[in-house]
Amino acid sequence: MSAIHTLDVSGTAKTPFHRLVRVELRKSYDTRAGFWLLLSIALIVLAAEIIVLAVTTVQDEAIAFGDFIGVAAFLTSFLLPVLGIMVLTTEWSQRSAMVTFSLEPRRPLVIAAKALVGVLLTLATVAIAIGIGAVCTLLYRLIEGHADWTFGWPDMFAFLLTQVLAMLGGFALAALLLNTPAAIVAFFVYKWVLPPLFFAGAALMGWFDSLRPWIDFQSSQEAIWDWSSSGEDWAQLVVSGIVWLVIPLAIGIRRVLRAEVK
Amino acid sequence: MIEVQGLTRTYGTFTAVDNISFSCVPGTVTGFLGPNGAGKTTTMRVMVGLTPASSGKVTIGGHLYKDIPNPGRHVGVLLDASAQHAGRTGREILELGATTMGLPSSRVDEMLELVSLTPTEAKRRLRNYSLGMKQRLGIAHALLGDPSVLILDEPANGLDPAGIRWMRGLLKGYAERGGTVLLSSHLLHEVEQIADEMILIGNGKIVAQGDKKTLLAGAAAKGGGVHSYATALDNAALAAALTAKGITVAGAGDGLRIEAESVEVGRAALEAGVVLTDLRGGEGGLEDLFLELTAETQREAIS
Amino acid sequence: MSATAVAPATIDLSGTQPTPFSRLLRTEFRKTYDTRSGLWLLISIGIVTALVMVIQVSVAIAQDIAVSYNDFLTSTTFSIGFLLPVLGILLLTSEWSQRTAMVSFSLEPRRGHVIAAKMVVGILFAIAAVLVTLALAAVCTGIYGALSDIPADWDFGIKQTSFFLLLQVIGMLTGFAFAALLLNSPAAIVVYFAYSFILPTIFGIGAELIGWFADIHPWIDFNNAQVPLIDGSVSGEEWAQLVVTGIIWLVIPLAVGIWRVLRAEVK
Ligand SMILES: Nc1ncnc2c1ncn2[C@@H]1O[C@H](COP(=O)(O)OP(=O)(O)OP(=O)(O)O)[C@@H](O)[C@H]1O
Ligand SMILES: [Mg+2]
Repeated sequence: MSAIHTLDVSGTAKTPFHRLVRVELRKSYDTRAGFWLLLSIALIVLAAEIIVLAVTTVQDEAIAFGDFIGVAAFLTSFLLPVLGIMVLTTEWSQRSAMVTFSLEPRRPLVIAAKALVGVLLTLATVAIAIGIGAVCTLLYRLIEGHADWTFGWPDMFAFLLTQVLAMLGGFALAALLLNTPAAIVAFFVYKWVLPPLFFAGAALMGWFDSLRPWIDFQSSQEAIWDWSSSGEDWAQLVVSGIVWLVIPLAIGIRRVLRAEVK
Repeated sequence: MIEVQGLTRTYGTFTAVDNISFSCVPGTVTGFLGPNGAGKTTTMRVMVGLTPASSGKVTIGGHLYKDIPNPGRHVGVLLDASAQHAGRTGREILELGATTMGLPSSRVDEMLELVSLTPTEAKRRLRNYSLGMKQRLGIAHALLGDPSVLILDEPANGLDPAGIRWMRGLLKGYAERGGTVLLSSHLLHEVEQIADEMILIGNGKIVAQGDKKTLLAGAAAKGGGVHSYATALDNAALAAALTAKGITVAGAGDGLRIEAESVEVGRAALEAGVVLTDLRGGEGGLEDLFLELTAETQREAIS
Repeated sequence: MSATAVAPATIDLSGTQPTPFSRLLRTEFRKTYDTRSGLWLLISIGIVTALVMVIQVSVAIAQDIAVSYNDFLTSTTFSIGFLLPVLGILLLTSEWSQRTAMVSFSLEPRRGHVIAAKMVVGILFAIAAVLVTLALAAVCTGIYGALSDIPADWDFGIKQTSFFLLLQVIGMLTGFAFAALLLNSPAAIVVYFAYSFILPTIFGIGAELIGWFADIHPWIDFNNAQVPLIDGSVSGEEWAQLVVTGIIWLVIPLAVGIWRVLRAEVK
């Protein structure tokens, strides 16, 4: 027994970040709810692509590789934010935050690990969507005898970036609200209720029309798909991104850092 | 009052409760004991219809639980004190129960007072309750409808020593007034003091049941016979006196383990003029019995 | 123990009334507002409804746009039309996520009654929301009439009011039905929004591309079948479509869900 009553921590390394990421990644699929969320994202994309393929071949419609990706992007743009929300909020609703934060008191690292897991899962989703799209285009070629592979690297990049931003949008709302149903409802309000309101507001009021591009994150993301976008378009993307991503995330993280975890 | 008949509950191929039968009589407290995962909670959940039985049935007062109108007035249930909305205040949780049972608000105040939750504490949200406070609230909820049957799963969980003593008195009083109490617990010392009847289960099967005396007598007959423990100022002299009488003695800790009843040891000490500082009967008590009977189903190897 | 205290081993039930439905209703009603999250949901439904209308009336006055009483009600698609289904969902699922079902079902083992009480509470809230909305719309129309050069248009009949009420109740019940089917708040909310925002698009594309699908489309698209209610005139065939699609999207999920709840192990 030593006379000095201090804990000798010199031999213990800090928990490395990659280990936190591994744990968080694992948490995303080791419950029935998480597993089904991931599986249903894949299954929904698959089902939609198969339906699209069936309809276009039966009707002899023309379809390009990029169109398949477009269908996938439409679906994942609302499924991935839900994933981003659940990655964070389940920790609160299931009270596992108590354990997580006692094993790693540097809370921002935990949150960063979760965000990274969200990004990784988004990458995986995008890869799967592109894979399914390629297979569908190939099948289309086999059936119809021709195929249109139009989908360049810029499109690929834009697809990836918009999906990551969508996921992070959900993540930011989740950090702000720390409550699953509230975050999901808020996200759908943002996604479906706000655009028509923005649109109506812009149509009716001149000043709002000029303000809108700077605060409408969804429409400013169109710049990503178009490489000829002007500097102003990119500036609008950044500003609206700060409004919808950075600010909620900052407030949310501040809240998590000082919250009493129960 | 509570009749469990051939109750079995399976989950896939796993049998959590395996064909058990027992009954609890009015005016008694029945202790329900068994190692972790033995099937106690599952049995209690089947009793109140939260888990369907795979086969067999449970009646309370001659009725299936689901056939009892306004069951809160007849059967008090506490299965998991934390299974409540974390955002409700303690008082609100009781108010909701009282409303469902058709009781006046004053009953809520009575219960809060009974379990010693102060009005300020009652205004806090359950999320901010301590473990023992949650438990007290759960007990208050079970008692709300002034039921004649109580089904309590580990009611002493998290209670402080005063709380445990209070609950002991409460349950004894309940039984004395003709109530029926079934409680599960791992605090054997507690159960020993309040339970009139005991049911031991392991791996879903009943391994022993009866009142404490019968169970302990059975164990003694099965085990190494009577013995006692003694400590004297002069252990060697006591050992010599006992050995002279043909009694087997062995060292045990600070004192001796003697293969005889304590009365024999006392007599020998008196005759030998040895001062005893401690003398007790060696029936291992409930703990030994419990460990012995559930030995095959225990998680830890018992030496 | 006193010798006389030995009670009979059966419970005499003759003196106990079954829990009356009105009492379950009271409990369930109370549960909707006694937590912070529940209260905030109700408050935000009110605030959002009022906010949408205030924005609408101020824009209309500022820009000299003609709006009618009817328009104020239509704008509730963005408020109660959106949030009442969420209320319907949380009414049921919070019982599972917070594990209170264990208590609720031990105090009333006739689980069907508990669910029915929750549903009635949901309907009462829908009615209350509609009444508040009608009042707010009237106030806004009045303000508009007083402040705008364009005269206020009060055109709105009993028939339309009842259609409006029916719409809101259907919306709430659809959420409730999905909740019963899934018993999980996030899943039910996501599925509900997918049903109300994504499915119409998919149905629309399908109907455009495939001939036979265009024929059955009106008989399976519940959202679409509700449009005549919004427009205020429903033909016989449209009523039939409303009923058929309602069976598909409301009655069947509700029935399956209730069947599931009745036999579920409550943990
Ligand atoms: N839904 C389920 N699926 C599979 N196994 C289950 C399920 N519910 C309970 N069990 C199992 O049944 C067994 C009995 O559990 P139960 O909760 O009744 O134990 P217990 O005697 O109350 O234990 P403890 O003393 O730890 O409270 C356990 O092994 C448990 O894991
Ligand atoms: Mg247990």
